[in-house]
Amino acid sequence: MRLVVVGHGPTGHRLVEALRERDEAGAWQVTVIGEEPRPAYDRVALTSYLTEDADLAYPAHDEGVTLLTGDPVAAIDRKRRTVRTASGREVGYDALVLATGSAPFVPPVQGRDLPGVFVYRTIDDLDAIRTHCRDLTASRPGAGGVVIGGGLLGLEAARALQGLGVDTHVVEVAPWLMPRQLDEGGGVMLRRHIEALGMTVHAGTPVAGLEAGDDGRVARVGLGDGASVDAGVVVFSAGIRPRDELARGCGLPVGERGGVAVDDTCRTEDPAIFAVGECALVNGQVYGLVAPCFSMAEVVADQLLAAATGQDSPARFEGADMSTKLKLMGVDVASFGDPFAGPDQGALDVTYTDPVGGVYKKLVVSDDARTLIGGVLVGDASAYPTLRAYVGAELPGSPEQALFGGTEAVGGDLPGATQICNCNNVTADTIRCAIREQGLTELGEVKSCTRAGATCGSCVPLVKKILDAELTAAGIEVSKALCEHFDYSRAELFDIVRVRRITTFTELISEHGRGRGCDICKPVVASILASLGSGHILDGEQAALQDTNDHFLANLQKNGTYSVVPRIPGGEITPDKLIVIGEVARDFGLYTKITGGQRIDLFGARVEQLPRIWKRLVDAGFESGHAYGKALRTVKSCVGSTWCRYGVQDSVGMAIKLELRYRGLRAPHKLKAAVSGCSRECAEAQGKDFGVIATDKGWNLYVCGNGGMRPRHADLLATDLDDEGLVRLIDRFLMFYIRTADRLQRTASWLESLDGGLDYLREVIIEDRLGICAELEEAMERHVGSYSDEWRDTLEDPDKLSRFVSFVNAPDVPDPSIVFEPEREQIKPVLVTGPRLEVASR
Amino acid sequence: MTTTTDLRPTGPAPRGDGGRWHPVCSYDDLIPERGVCALIEGVQVAVFRTFDGELYALSNLDPFSGAHVISRGILGTRGGVPTVASPMYKEVFDLRTGVCLDDPQVALPTFPIRRDPATGRVEVALTHANRQ
Repeated sequence: MRLVVVGHGPTGHRLVEALRERDEAGAWQVTVIGEEPRPAYDRVALTSYLTEDADLAYPAHDEGVTLLTGDPVAAIDRKRRTVRTASGREVGYDALVLATGSAPFVPPVQGRDLPGVFVYRTIDDLDAIRTHCRDLTASRPGAGGVVIGGGLLGLEAARALQGLGVDTHVVEVAPWLMPRQLDEGGGVMLRRHIEALGMTVHAGTPVAGLEAGDDGRVARVGLGDGASVDAGVVVFSAGIRPRDELARGCGLPVGERGGVAVDDTCRTEDPAIFAVGECALVNGQVYGLVAPCFSMAEVVADQLLAAATGQDSPARFEGADMSTKLKLMGVDVASFGDPFAGPDQGALDVTYTDPVGGVYKKLVVSDDARTLIGGVLVGDASAYPTLRAYVGAELPGSPEQALFGGTEAVGGDLPGATQICNCNNVTADTIRCAIREQGLTELGEVKSCTRAGATCGSCVPLVKKILDAELTAAGIEVSKALCEHFDYSRAELFDIVRVRRITTFTELISEHGRGRGCDICKPVVASILASLGSGHILDGEQAALQDTNDHFLANLQKNGTYSVVPRIPGGEITPDKLIVIGEVARDFGLYTKITGGQRIDLFGARVEQLPRIWKRLVDAGFESGHAYGKALRTVKSCVGSTWCRYGVQDSVGMAIKLELRYRGLRAPHKLKAAVSGCSRECAEAQGKDFGVIATDKGWNLYVCGNGGMRPRHADLLATDLDDEGLVRLIDRFLMFYIRTADRLQRTASWLESLDGGLDYLREVIIEDRLGICAELEEAMERHVGSYSDEWRDTLEDPDKLSRFVSFVNAPDVPDPSIVFEPEREQIKPVLVTGPRLEVASR
Repeated sequence: MTTTTDLRPTGPAPRGDGGRWHPVCSYDDLIPERGVCALIEGVQVAVFRTFDGELYALSNLDPFSGAHVISRGILGTRGGVPTVASPMYKEVFDLRTGVCLDDPQVALPTFPIRRDPATGRVEVALTHANRQ
């Protein structure tokens, strides 16, 4: 059977994915015909395409799906059951799904067709806005921009315009912003936030008309109240209209105000034709949010699968929760349930306003103050996931407690039918079942199996709570204990050591642990002590905590020899120093290799050779590269503006500055960094724990990237920082990571495990929500101030040097088991004995 | 299992080596909770002093990697058993018996070790079997 889907937006994409996933028999042969020149992408995240250069593409469908892009369907022939595209292609169908979405509504005001006037819907729109704004800011610096419409999408557009360097105004005809989601109190508080960010809000006034300047482009927006605003760019975001022209063209009923009329199975009057998403008028309503659109897609997928076997599906679209949470330039805004119910509907308000903190909260409850009906949160939406889940249910405590305690102590006892993930329609029971039946123990597993939290992510904290509650109930200990000697996680131990000023392992384990430690906890504590600056890592008792790499300040290789990596900050090295490395390698017969971090690794050193090798290196001005430590490794750089034709900043200089600042910094795992001198990104900074990319105005900072086994593209944390701002932010980032990460947790997985993810990280280290930024900076200053080269210090300490022997009773004898043979003019290790597991099995 | 007969860390020198104790180093040279390696008639012996002052001697050869590195492992306890973890692939061995706790089919040979009461020196004996 042939299915044709018209439109490849998020809803069309979801429909095809849902169908293909469940259509095991392959009953449906799917063709998708889209108008845009590209496959579906994540329209919800549209703004990040401009502000973060995000890749919005959805995963491609499997090869069983035929996708035609850039060729819109022009007509439907219901009798012959075919569609014809603009280019004249004809495709036959047994079932047809209209997923044509909506078009931005542009009110009929004068000047709406002028150059410089845009809508905000597609990647093409955004590309055009970006090109225009670049031209505008170059030719008319300081030019203003106006977004017409102060709703959800309008504010997104405003954020994008401001990000493009335009002085931005928002015009909203209603008396306050986001009138569809917020009450007056919330809208007014939101306005304060938006204005604090440097935008101007004109509320309660319509647009009268747009005027052109001498160049024929838009130059001015006249408002209904007589005022006018200079504007070199205008974006209309005044609502949407369903794209129902195909339905009209083939005689299908549409709503009075547009929308393809469908029943609750999303079927039109013609049983072979469905409509889903923003183009559909279901139960008399058009939905513009992604969650209900996805629900429709799921319903139709079920209907199609049942139809293929001649059965009826019980799947129905049963209305939708219109709850919303978004973050606009750091401002949390959320609305859930029915926030507008009043005394006439037997509802009461509980409100809280903090004008200083910019927080507004309102809960709408039943008149006995027990059942939650809806609410609005502005400035602090941390309680949103829990509160939304409680809509229609009895609150566990008083409304006041719910307003302030929000997410505490719930999750395990949420009613089973409570919808946890709105985007993907996942209930608490579905999550619990998946955890139980499939034995899930990790948040990531729950996300991929149930899709809960996989779209907007706002419910992730709640999913985590349910998971923890299930695991606890199943007797699976959600243990954060490091090992049998400590009941604490690494982060907790870090706080204990820091707050109680503990300086030895013995003190820590006798007061806060048990037994005598092991190869898990000892290096962790050694690292914590080192991060907090407790002297040389081989001093006193600390020496016994170090693993062999830290103990010999070198990297153990497979034959028991070590490798040596001197620091080469930023990868910059003089010819004389290069020669020294070459001479040392030659004189000690070491194998040399260039590392990925732009330095040189010398292999095959025996322990008793290490001090002599390092004596030569330190005398020539080298210092430890900490390749052996869970510490900062390198800050890689491209050659930068000094030499490169394209470079816009001195990336080498910045890399050296950063590497020297953070050298020797002990962390939960190794840290890698890079600085690129322009957006060509030759230093691959977006695959590093922290990566810096030069811009015309300064530096963009990316964090939590990773190469290796699980590559992760770094996230953009902040843009256009000056040198000082960059260093300060990296200081905070690194210290916060060091304090809170688990053992051997790289920054990439640390970020993924942070409740609230990147937003939370921003709140802590940019907005200073926890009030710890000054402390983090001080801690880093202490590290920088107390840095001392570990190898130089070791060479100056006969006691430490005495440990560098292969044999305690024969210090001058080299280890006879270490043997090499030549390969490509260098040495290669030979294991004389090889693994000898037979020793015991006989 | 290992062919070592005397698994106790201290005790009379076995006859296979003519009852000879080999000096290793002074007791005070040993860092608590850390190991050193001694080369005794071509055999590499890992010598450990634990936090409570006990001494242990085991083969320095890590059977899992084939490298002579056991003396550089981290000491600890597992359920009260004194242990050393190989620095190569982190298998954990019982210091008293040499048995690998992660894979009890595997064990390190152990050696008699003592602190000479007269001189304070640490001494190790080779059994016939260890000498191969």
